[in-house]
Amino acid sequence: MLVLTRKKNESIVLNDNIEITVVDVQGDQVRIGINAPKSVSIYRKEIFLEIQAENKKAADVKSVNLNDLLK
Amino acid sequence: MNGGDKMLLKTKHFGDIEIDENKIVTFNDGIPGFDELKRFVVLYSGDENSPFRWLQCVDDGEIAFAVINPFMVVTDYDIEIPEEVISNLDIKSLEDVMVLSIVVVPDDINKMTMNLKAPIIINTKNNRGMQVILDTDRYSVRHYIVEELRRREVNISAGSDKEEKRIDSFK
Repeated sequence: MLVLTRKKNESIVLNDNIEITVVDVQGDQVRIGINAPKSVSIYRKEIFLEIQAENKKAADVKSVNLNDLLK
Repeated sequence: MNGGDKMLLKTKHFGDIEIDENKIVTFNDGIPGFDELKRFVVLYSGDENSPFRWLQCVDDGEIAFAVINPFMVVTDYDIEIPEEVISNLDIKSLEDVMVLSIVVVPDDINKMTMNLKAPIIINTKNNRGMQVILDTDRYSVRHYIVEELRRREVNISAGSDKEEKRIDSFK
């Protein structure tokens, strides 16, 4: 992993069109601002991992007749 | 609508099925956990009053997700489609949007959950779809549904597909 040191209000530019700025630092919390094209999806990683795990569980569905549930 | 070319698909859950190529929905980024799988079809169970559908993968017949129309279960489900989704899927009208929630069916079926936090959004006009992670804490990744389904049984029977298209607003 590339590691860069930045101060408050300093930025990193990715690929000419994505800018990541350190907006604020308070103790162990860092506020990050992101400027990116509309087509770029941005997620908190832990939520992304949770959705991934949930999808894997969902794909493991046994052959059940779900409509039986409603009877 | 014209019938398109048919293709035969071997599936784990439904055996060999014939699908209409015009109905294939393309997920350009796959879905989280299955990045390589780009093409899916929405299968109806035959009972049009059922809130359940199947999102059957075309690229891998072994993979299918049970999905549900969230509006038929959680009547006050209220989402905003993020701008990047409107632009990525080229959504022109809410009428074209289909929303589905992926269902996890565990061994104890009473613990079945649906993912309200990350709905599948499909533009039925151009058959492009993506799973959208909503930027809200209001909705859970694991929303228990069996009790709700049983309570709503009467309403489900009275429901129609129009329900699928009810989303409050563009952002």
